[in-house]
Amino acid sequence: MSSYLAGRVASLILSLLVASIVIFVILEVLPGDPAQFILGMNARPDTLAALRTQLGLDGPAFMRYFGWVLGMLHGDFGLSYTYRVPVSELIVQRIGVSLPLAVYALALTLLIAFPAGLLAAARRNSASDISVMGVTQLGVALPNFWFAIILVWVFAVTLHWFGAGGFPGWDKGFWFGIRALTLPAIALALPQASILARVMRSALLDTLEEDYIRTARAKGLTRAQTLWRHAVRNALIPVLTIIGLQFAFLLAGGIIIENVFTLPGLGRLIFQGITQRDLIVVKSVVMLLVFAVIFVNFLVDLSYLAVDPRLRRR
Amino acid sequence: MSLLRVSDLRLGIGETPILKGIDLSVDAGRILGVIGESGSGKSMTALSIMHLLPTGTRPTGSIRLDGQELLDKHDRDMCTIRGKDIGMVFQEPMTALDPLKTIGAQVAETILVHGGTSQRAALAEADRVLGRVGLPADLFPRDRYPHELSGGQRQRVVIAMAIAMGPKLLIADEPTTALDVTTQATILDLLRRLVDEDGMGLIFITHDLAVVAGLADDIAVMRQGEVVESGPTGKVFRTLAHPYSRALFEASSHVPVRDPSLPGGEPVLVVDQLVRDYRIPPRRLFGPAGTFRAVDSISFRIERGENVGLVGESGSGKSTLARAIMALEPAQGGSIAIDGEAHDAKEGASLATRRKLQVVFQDPYGSFDPRQRVDTLVTEPFHLLGREAPQGDERKRRIATALENVGLTAADAEKYIHEFSGGQRQRIAIARALIIEPSLIILDEAVSALDVSIRAQILDLLAELSDRLGISYLFISHDLSVVRSITDRVLVMKNGKIVEQGPTDEVFRNPQHPYTRELIAATPNLERALATRA
Amino acid sequence: MAEISIVPIEAPRGTLLSAALRSPSFVTGAIVTAIFVGVALLSFVWTPYDYAALDIPHKLRGLSGEHWFGTDQYGRDVFSQVIVGARTSIAVALIAVGLGVGIGTPLGLWAAAKRDTIFDELIMRANDLVFAFPALLIAILITSVAGPSATNAVIAIGIFNIPVFARLSRAAALSLWARDFILAARVAGKGRARISIEHILPNILNTLVVQITIQFSLGILAEAALAYVGLGAQPPTPSWGKMLADSQTLVGLAPHLAIIPGLCIVFTVLGLNLMGDGLRDIFDPRLQRSRQ
Repeated sequence: MSSYLAGRVASLILSLLVASIVIFVILEVLPGDPAQFILGMNARPDTLAALRTQLGLDGPAFMRYFGWVLGMLHGDFGLSYTYRVPVSELIVQRIGVSLPLAVYALALTLLIAFPAGLLAAARRNSASDISVMGVTQLGVALPNFWFAIILVWVFAVTLHWFGAGGFPGWDKGFWFGIRALTLPAIALALPQASILARVMRSALLDTLEEDYIRTARAKGLTRAQTLWRHAVRNALIPVLTIIGLQFAFLLAGGIIIENVFTLPGLGRLIFQGITQRDLIVVKSVVMLLVFAVIFVNFLVDLSYLAVDPRLRRR
Repeated sequence: MSLLRVSDLRLGIGETPILKGIDLSVDAGRILGVIGESGSGKSMTALSIMHLLPTGTRPTGSIRLDGQELLDKHDRDMCTIRGKDIGMVFQEPMTALDPLKTIGAQVAETILVHGGTSQRAALAEADRVLGRVGLPADLFPRDRYPHELSGGQRQRVVIAMAIAMGPKLLIADEPTTALDVTTQATILDLLRRLVDEDGMGLIFITHDLAVVAGLADDIAVMRQGEVVESGPTGKVFRTLAHPYSRALFEASSHVPVRDPSLPGGEPVLVVDQLVRDYRIPPRRLFGPAGTFRAVDSISFRIERGENVGLVGESGSGKSTLARAIMALEPAQGGSIAIDGEAHDAKEGASLATRRKLQVVFQDPYGSFDPRQRVDTLVTEPFHLLGREAPQGDERKRRIATALENVGLTAADAEKYIHEFSGGQRQRIAIARALIIEPSLIILDEAVSALDVSIRAQILDLLAELSDRLGISYLFISHDLSVVRSITDRVLVMKNGKIVEQGPTDEVFRNPQHPYTRELIAATPNLERALATRA
Repeated sequence: MAEISIVPIEAPRGTLLSAALRSPSFVTGAIVTAIFVGVALLSFVWTPYDYAALDIPHKLRGLSGEHWFGTDQYGRDVFSQVIVGARTSIAVALIAVGLGVGIGTPLGLWAAAKRDTIFDELIMRANDLVFAFPALLIAILITSVAGPSATNAVIAIGIFNIPVFARLSRAAALSLWARDFILAARVAGKGRARISIEHILPNILNTLVVQITIQFSLGILAEAALAYVGLGAQPPTPSWGKMLADSQTLVGLAPHLAIIPGLCIVFTVLGLNLMGDGLRDIFDPRLQRSRQ
């Protein structure tokens, strides 16, 4: 167990390190000078130079890299070029939308995918299996942002059940917030739930072919009992892996969905940062999202320990 | 009245009949040995009794347990019978247990699903049953997981699950085929003891005549979905009324005819003080990486035309030794020379050395690239000849000769490998080995996957080729009876060392090392079993 | 994040075409895909209107005989835009997947041939890293930095296809390296590179083909997403994602502007996925048997 754990922790740290370097390097080669952008084309050279120093754009690249990473470790993400407020403040404001959205969408995904996958596998080749497979085949093909537009058209523009976008803020009340996030969460969750349901089904069907399932049946367990007691837990290992990857997708997909619904989340912040050449915002938010994804996958690796005793002895 | 009576059991999958009217009966306290080659329908018969056939197949006829008809029962009712009245043990112990549950929980599950007890009582009972099958709680705590046990121990757990409810009937489908002979012997003893103590009936399914001869009270011989002969074991073996039973009997104890003239004295293979170490990952974090010595200072030689057997159980290092001789893996010490040319420590073997050596593997289905035609497959070793490789008509002639040497025809060169049966594929594998006229062929369990009748034919072919072409064999096998029938000399390997070597007859008649004695005693022997019976 | 599966190598031969024609998934998928590819090719030689020609007086028209898919807010013909957009989508996805196969497969084969060496370890760790990044996010980052264009979209999507094919090829190849026929080839003195090309590659082709269709469909989705946020092909080149972005504010007025390009994406992806499923069934005799 200790060597498995140590391996995972080492890979977590290494991933974060490489991720931060990659992000830094990509943004380093960005054409265009933020100082120039802030001051406009007619700025005088000496004002530009002064602003560059103020923004911390001077000095060798690796020094700036270390400055950035050390700052982040202390929770100091620097100062936004355009808003002139600490990036951490911006992030705290926006994460209140993005994180609940991702969690909401993940919950919906699991809530839809587990029963659907189980049903399809348990009743293989039945009408319910065929319909689950048909619907999910369609779901996998849905671009979530288009699905979002269609949801807005049907439920907001036509039926007026939901608002077409925007976010009232959590201080208006929990249910108002949830209501505003419902359509975006559905748009995000349905395609992912389709993928997960299919993975779940095929993992279960693979497991049901195993010898120990036959052994269990020979002990007198019914089909349903074998499914619950032996197949589900064994099928969980590949399913967990996919869930980890899906969380990454929900976070990133959220960036686009936030655009459709004009939600003030991290996604909007990134796009604003990109258009305004607010490097430090883009860099920090992307790093934060990558951190979230890598960390969730680390948690998934840890959850294997709970599921699989073979890892515990290593 | 019989405990179990199967009458006129018929089963088809699609248009193909699998079982064509099986009649069997088992009495309480007796062991019925069901013997047959692959495709005989012996496993399907067992699965029919259990109602565990693949979905969509429905047998007809009658299966009565204690007078009660099972065949028309609903799955729900069968669930109260399976595990309670009938237990079953399968072939592959490595995969038969749920890897995520403790052995105690898995045995207790049998008791729990049949109701009437608390979780606690079931676990206590599981403890008792595991003790009965030779896994006492002080040595094998209940919270062990399957991956912490050996194959033989896992098979004991499977047996414990099957007998936990004290079933009237136990079905064991090739329960020892995947195990080493010494482990097999202990499992057979266990099954015999359980039958005697509990008075249950046992159906023991196997392809191995010697095993049933020693174990079963009654036997039934199956072929292509039919029972061709059945009765008390002694009587069936005495009379061998049906020609197929006789053929099977003869094939099982088959000894190929060999040229008695002694092989010439020049060495083909000289292995001297060979060492092969594997690195194993450190036990503790940042601990030193260990090494495992799979081959430990082994020396032996094979002379021209000589057949040498290498026997040992799994993990003895015999496959590692073979791979080192084939120069597929580097050695850490000692030397290997083929026809006087030594393997290079760094480069492995030169093409010229490799030419002298070919190999035939165990699995006739995995030995060929499914995308290539037979002519491409058998000429693969021509790569070793470089520019000298035969072209055009000469190549065709060599292919034809190689195929004809192994009893196939030149026309077979145009076919793909999936058009051939297992035995034919093994012939093609031999043709591939022969085509560059090597001095030594390594036969790595080359007949182990074959049915006995096919095996007898392949052994004859090998003996004939060796005599006619003067080829030497290194015959690696876990099966002592096969090694005895075809080799001049035998090496016995254990834990990376050769513990005994000598002329085959001498070693088998008068084994010196205790391990050799144990191996020979554990190996089921048809003649000995029949002699004890008579 | 597709379901990666390795197709066993004992696929039926000779009967492949007839098996393909008997698979309803494959036939449906192939027809749908063929239609979209055909239409994309057609757009090179013929479109009903110039896709960029403005015609403000006839803006936001619905479906009609004159304009099959109606017109957009500038009066441009939607059908013409859609079929030129198909060209963009397919080209971007195809080249991106080609990049993934072209680089990923040799890497995977090489890693498998050099199993448990530093090289193998390095390739696999690098793979894990790329997998750990949220693909779309990094694609957004790359295209935003390098400037939005179809080429940069190809690179961004292609990079994330490399580890998919490297990992798949390695896994499929490793299962083959354990086979006796590969040992036989080694005994015949063949080197690792030669074995990889002669024996491994032909035997993993089925697996690769299935994955290519799946990645192709994911590529279409990714291209659409990038184009939607304005980081794909730039105006005036039409693309489905961009059309959707433009239609968004008009969805109440002219829903067909949102529905048509969306359905194009859905059908193309669906067609490719069905084709992939069909191919997997055809290549995998195990599945066929259990299906009966």
